[in-house]
Amino acid sequence: MATEIDVPTRAHERPDLAKARPGDAPEVDATLAGLDALDIPTARRAPLLARSWAATWPKLGALVLFLLLWQVVVWTGWKPTYVLPGPVTALREFGSRLGTGHFWEALARTLVRAVEGYALAVLIGGVVGVAVARFTLLRTAVGSFITALQTMPSIVWFPLAILLFKLSESAIMFVVILGAAPSVANGVIYGVDYVPPLLVRVGRSMGARGFSLYRHVVAPAALPSVLAGLKQGWAFAWRSLMAGELLVIVPGHPSIGADLQNSRELIDTVGVMASMITIFVVGVIVDAAFNAADARMRQRRGLVAEGNSAVRAARGRRKPPNDGAGANERANAITAIDAAVIGTAPDASSGGHAG
Amino acid sequence: MTTALTGSAVDTGAAAQADTALRIDGVSRVFGAGPARVQALDDVSLEVRAGEFVCLLGASGCGKSTLLGLVAGLDAPSAGTVDTTGRRVGMMFQDSALLPWLTAGGNVEVPLKLRGIRKAERRERTERLLSMVRLAGMADRRPHELSGGMRQRVSLARAFAQEADILCMDEPFGALDAMTRDLLHDELERIWRETGVTVLFVTHDVREAVRLGDRIVLLSSRPGRVAEIFDVDIDRPRRIDSAHVAELATTVTARLREEVGRHGH
Repeated sequence: MATEIDVPTRAHERPDLAKARPGDAPEVDATLAGLDALDIPTARRAPLLARSWAATWPKLGALVLFLLLWQVVVWTGWKPTYVLPGPVTALREFGSRLGTGHFWEALARTLVRAVEGYALAVLIGGVVGVAVARFTLLRTAVGSFITALQTMPSIVWFPLAILLFKLSESAIMFVVILGAAPSVANGVIYGVDYVPPLLVRVGRSMGARGFSLYRHVVAPAALPSVLAGLKQGWAFAWRSLMAGELLVIVPGHPSIGADLQNSRELIDTVGVMASMITIFVVGVIVDAAFNAADARMRQRRGLVAEGNSAVRAARGRRKPPNDGAGANERANAITAIDAAVIGTAPDASSGGHAG
Repeated sequence: MTTALTGSAVDTGAAAQADTALRIDGVSRVFGAGPARVQALDDVSLEVRAGEFVCLLGASGCGKSTLLGLVAGLDAPSAGTVDTTGRRVGMMFQDSALLPWLTAGGNVEVPLKLRGIRKAERRERTERLLSMVRLAGMADRRPHELSGGMRQRVSLARAFAQEADILCMDEPFGALDAMTRDLLHDELERIWRETGVTVLFVTHDVREAVRLGDRIVLLSSRPGRVAEIFDVDIDRPRRIDSAHVAELATTVTARLREEVGRHGH
């Protein structure tokens, strides 16, 4: 690209950077723009409706299949219907519960417990995680205990919790926090451990030190692992809470777990199933929320795999970036560059334009 | 668009030409101890004038990247001194090393944010820096939506956002295809001329060094020492495939092979 440029000038003559803009070397500009235009990935996202349908129908299919299997088992007469009712009966009971005040009161208490316990677990787990990731001594001291704590079934904490706090909200909260906090802490620790050293170098070369390095580099780089820890922490919190509500029934405090235990004592299988459907639905909704956050993060960072069939389906059919037409365009651009190299002006039509 | 980009560089601009921008004096860097002891650099001395384009050339293990790390203040020498004469050092890496969770503009803004510059001014400066590397209007793109060459240009803009007077470049075009690389040589030369920035450019590609450098510092390997310094007296703009470049490249390559050959025994 033998452009007409002046003899090198040095610092004492340097013009304003305003001049350091496209225009002074049109050939380079055109080829660069052409190259840029060819290199920009062409992926386009399908409309929201198509994407949500693509994400929904397989789930619905699986659900229908499961209900069908259940119904078939009931039809075989393996158990009498008062022990194993069919899906229609269970769903009808679940539906009728939705119209009662008691159901919503119980659900609200359960959710408040879950959110409170989870929030405290995130706070404690987060602080412990950051501290362990930061201080080597602390890691050596308690690092492995955190994972050990995580593997302990939450139900084994209840005898101690009941002795300490009696049949109270505190007993449930105690176990929920112990169940969820280790996962959150581990997510933070692994997240910080796996921050690419190059990014830390970049941050430091830009002048980030101490807290600003954490804020601008370490924390965002650790986010995927932290999010995974939060998601796992929620799963542990929810399990611990359900175990807690079955064992620790606080008088005058209706909850989903208490309802479940009640139905069992009254040998009301339909009631048991309706409660379980409630628990399942809450799980599905929270999981969807976490997945949405996760998908958004991955999409922003370009971590969506091209080979993922679900992604392809969601995006709709599109031509791969390097098919015949693309190769043709690139060949034209190369010709343009060759032309520029040997001194002839590039053909305007093959230069292309960015953006 | 008339305000100068790098305030501090402009202040020193008038007197800068004769100035020494960077003084590396008897620098050694040792990693580890005992049997695992590695001497990356041994008594390296080098003076770089303000506005000069110096290429550091060497085979593997010559401590090129270590030396850049010392200049950028990411690391401290075991012996000797590195004096950047109060100038700001910016760094650019082989892998563009953009922060993947930020847009192109967001990446350029980080150094500005770290210096507490107001949002409106950050936006304006970012747009100016991106147009300097011919990426105007690309501020909202994410790194994964850009090609390798474009990512390196964002990375260059980000290095300039540090108001760097000395730009350390660690094999910045090593991972690019030849065509893009050739274009970026032109771009870098243009920006260097227009900003008067001092460049310390690490490469293992002899022709690239001859194409770009005012001087080529040939480093020997294990430990890294200055083996020879070549002055490149070829008029700019240069072309990587010109006869002059090829001629000097042949000389430098012969000397480089000689250095590498000493390790074969």
